[in-house]
Amino acid sequence: MPSPPHHPGRMSEIAAPRSSSRSRNLKGGGRNRSGQTNFELYSWLFMRLSGLALVVLVLGHLFVNLMLGGGITALDFAFVAGKWANPLWQVWDLLMLWLAMLHGTNGLRTIINDYAEKDQTRFWLKALLITASIVVVVLGTLVIFTFDPCLDPSSTLSVCK
Amino acid sequence: MDAHVKILRYNPEVVGEAEWKTYTVSLEPTDRVLDALHKIKWEQDGTLTFRRSCAHGVCGSDAMRINGRNRLACKTLIKDLNPEKEITVEPIKGLPVLKDLVVDMEPFFDAYRSVMPFLVTTGHEPTRERIQSQADRDRFDDTTKCILCAACTTSCPVFWSDGQYFGPQAIVGAHRFIFDSRDEGTEQRLEILNDKEGVWRCRTTFNCTEACPRGIEVTKAIQEVKRALIFRRV
Ligand code: HEM
Ligand code: SF4
Ligand code: FES
Repeated sequence: MPSPPHHPGRMSEIAAPRSSSRSRNLKGGGRNRSGQTNFELYSWLFMRLSGLALVVLVLGHLFVNLMLGGGITALDFAFVAGKWANPLWQVWDLLMLWLAMLHGTNGLRTIINDYAEKDQTRFWLKALLITASIVVVVLGTLVIFTFDPCLDPSSTLSVCK
Repeated sequence: MDAHVKILRYNPEVVGEAEWKTYTVSLEPTDRVLDALHKIKWEQDGTLTFRRSCAHGVCGSDAMRINGRNRLACKTLIKDLNPEKEITVEPIKGLPVLKDLVVDMEPFFDAYRSVMPFLVTTGHEPTRERIQSQADRDRFDDTTKCILCAACTTSCPVFWSDGQYFGPQAIVGAHRFIFDSRDEGTEQRLEILNDKEGVWRCRTTFNCTEACPRGIEVTKAIQEVKRALIFRRV
């Protein structure tokens, strides 16, 4: 009778408690052992910390824009121009832009990891995502810092007179 | 009482998709789903294939998806399932189906093996048992109860879409040693779970905690491992 199949390969994958090969660690364990970093740890932490900051930033933003003063009816070009003349709102909006973009991009990265089945698909979706995010962050940052309400010489805004 | 049991049948020797078949069995309300499967196999259709061993909730071989939830067939009473309606029985999801309710558990056991589920120590072996205080034991008592049934891992949506994810059970298995004061392999195990497919993949869905037939607080165990990684302290 043939002897029952042994799994020598499998046994050697796990370093048995007293085997001399223990220090070698295990072969199959922790796939991707090389190049181990804390990237996923920091990414996880970042989602929670940026989420907390976004609660304050976004709710503050909505409150100031939609509730204070004339409320939503006062929202126009002049209102935005007025806000961005103030460094506080420049920093506020800059933080909101960067945190929301990094948070949203990292969230979508997770979703791509979830749903993309082929390595190729995953690679191209991430490439598209990162490109799009960089464009938005760079353009947004540029606008916040170089915004000039009086670019139009015929502007009737009070700040431009 | 007549119960209608709808089972997802799959025969690898016949090309084609798995298909639902409904069986009518006479049962007591206090019978278990496992009894229904036995009756079908023994009295109606001997080709019905499923795993079971102990039939009393200790061996972990008969986890299946019953009415859309992962449970042990041997611990699920008919009367708790609304027997007026059809009872559906499917294999657990996310592992390759071999036949009917039997899945290939190898990927699941592979993940378990890779967290080194055994005591790691250094130095000379003590001549008597390794003493531990009750408080130290309490830290991992919950995760010692695992019977490796795979109900948790195969209820996890991250595992469904990303089969590389270690899954809740492997983290439970690691937790049992990480928080054991006698064990010295904590660093290695934490490093293994710090992987791209490790604990950070968990989205706290709580499906695992709901599925566990042993009542293990699986999600809590996963969060404790995350905390140990962040603060580098167990
Ligand atoms: C308002 C405050 C916000 C809070 C407190 C917050 C919090 C979180 C947290 C904790 C996660 C991680 C979930 C997990 O790992 O299970 C997450 C994921 C995510 N967030 Fe936010 N977030 C906020 C705003 C935003 C904004 C403004 C965006 C879009 C730009 C966004 C897009 C996403 C995406 C795409 C994910 C990934 C979803 C997933 O993992 O399935 N979030 N958020
Ligand atoms: S943690 Fe619970 S559900 Fe998961 S394998 Fe162990 S006993 Fe089964
Ligand atoms: S048959 Fe052993 S747990 Fe159900």
